[in-house]
Amino acid sequence: MTTVVDGLASRDERIEFVRKMSLMVAAVLALGTAQVLAAEPVERVVVIENHRFQPAEVKVPAHQPVRLVIDNRDPTPEEFESRDLRLEKIVAGHSQATLRVEPLEAGEYRFVGEFNEDTAQGKLVVE
Amino acid sequence: MFGAALVVFRETLEAALIVAIVMGASRGVAGRGRWLAGGVAAGVLGAVALAGFAGTISASVAGRGQELLNAGILLAAVAMLAWHNAWMSVHGRQLAAQMRRVGHDVSTGVKPLSALALVASFAVLREGSETVLFMYGLAASGAGNSGLLAGGVLGLIGGALLGWLIYRGLLAIPVHRFMAVVSWMVLLLAAGLAANAAGYLYQAGLVPALISQVWDSSQILSQGSVVGTLLHILIGYSDRPMGIQVVFYAATLAAILLLMRVVGGGRRPAAARAEGAAPVASEAVQEPGQS
Repeated sequence: MTTVVDGLASRDERIEFVRKMSLMVAAVLALGTAQVLAAEPVERVVVIENHRFQPAEVKVPAHQPVRLVIDNRDPTPEEFESRDLRLEKIVAGHSQATLRVEPLEAGEYRFVGEFNEDTAQGKLVVE
Repeated sequence: MFGAALVVFRETLEAALIVAIVMGASRGVAGRGRWLAGGVAAGVLGAVALAGFAGTISASVAGRGQELLNAGILLAAVAMLAWHNAWMSVHGRQLAAQMRRVGHDVSTGVKPLSALALVASFAVLREGSETVLFMYGLAASGAGNSGLLAGGVLGLIGGALLGWLIYRGLLAIPVHRFMAVVSWMVLLLAAGLAANAAGYLYQAGLVPALISQVWDSSQILSQGSVVGTLLHILIGYSDRPMGIQVVFYAATLAAILLLMRVVGGGRRPAAARAEGAAPVASEAVQEPGQS
């Protein structure tokens, strides 16, 4: 396998290259984090009761960040999971968890309770 | 019952496949059985403890505890795998040459077993705690659930069995190519775990998505399918990755390759380090990072 590193002759040069690349990655991450922290989110609460989401359909405005509070009133834990939203979080029995949803395009985003997938189904409707 | 079996099967499979790769990577090293069994046992104990504190962990660090813990465990595993491959880039050739000369495994007690045992224990810890919570939920939701519990146990056995099969498959690789193949598998596994970690860091709000969906191959190969799941665990396949995940994947791949190159020294390390393996050193084993 030939890489850009082959062009760098000495060990020192290679180490210097690694150092520069690391700094660049750190700078990109810092910049991105600052952006993410900018906007004020819209809050929605979804209750889990008897292994079902209430409401099962959550409406939110498009292009706005959302704070999704999952209130698990069942005694058993549930794993809130959405492949569409790229979220995955365990919510213990009788407790709440908060999820951050980035501004979304209009559309429907499905989510499930992975531990009770037959009944725990819902969707985020963005409009 | 089938649903329960499937959930537990998925969780178990991920841990089992990682343990299988780690077992492959530690093949022939004296005392590895004890180390890896210890790692898995520690993982199981940790998983039960973690499940017990799930609520507390979730609520900590402003509700980001769970994400940070997951990302931390994943990145620690990535670091251990990187260390393993770097170590192999220095000592691997000697080992491979010895293995070829004697035609079978060699016993050497010098490989970084502690790192591999930690990787095994992290995998069991993460997936195990979810399994424990799920099973607890089943047990707690009352009577008439013995079928569900049996399903859970069935899933556990199924996942472990598939992991064992993969390990047996690894052992079928010819001895002279074995180390190179395992090195590549460890590399891809590490990159995939890093991409997973990026997902949790995103969820914690610590990194931006960059691009919310780089590609969508869910129609071609869904990540939820059997093959998709296997590829997701083994090489980090994702049918709808975020930009940041692709960046983490590529950066990890590049960083480990670079580390192997820097630590492993020059372009032809075989010639410099072939002492004790002269007759076979010329048929160089291709390892990742060594052209």
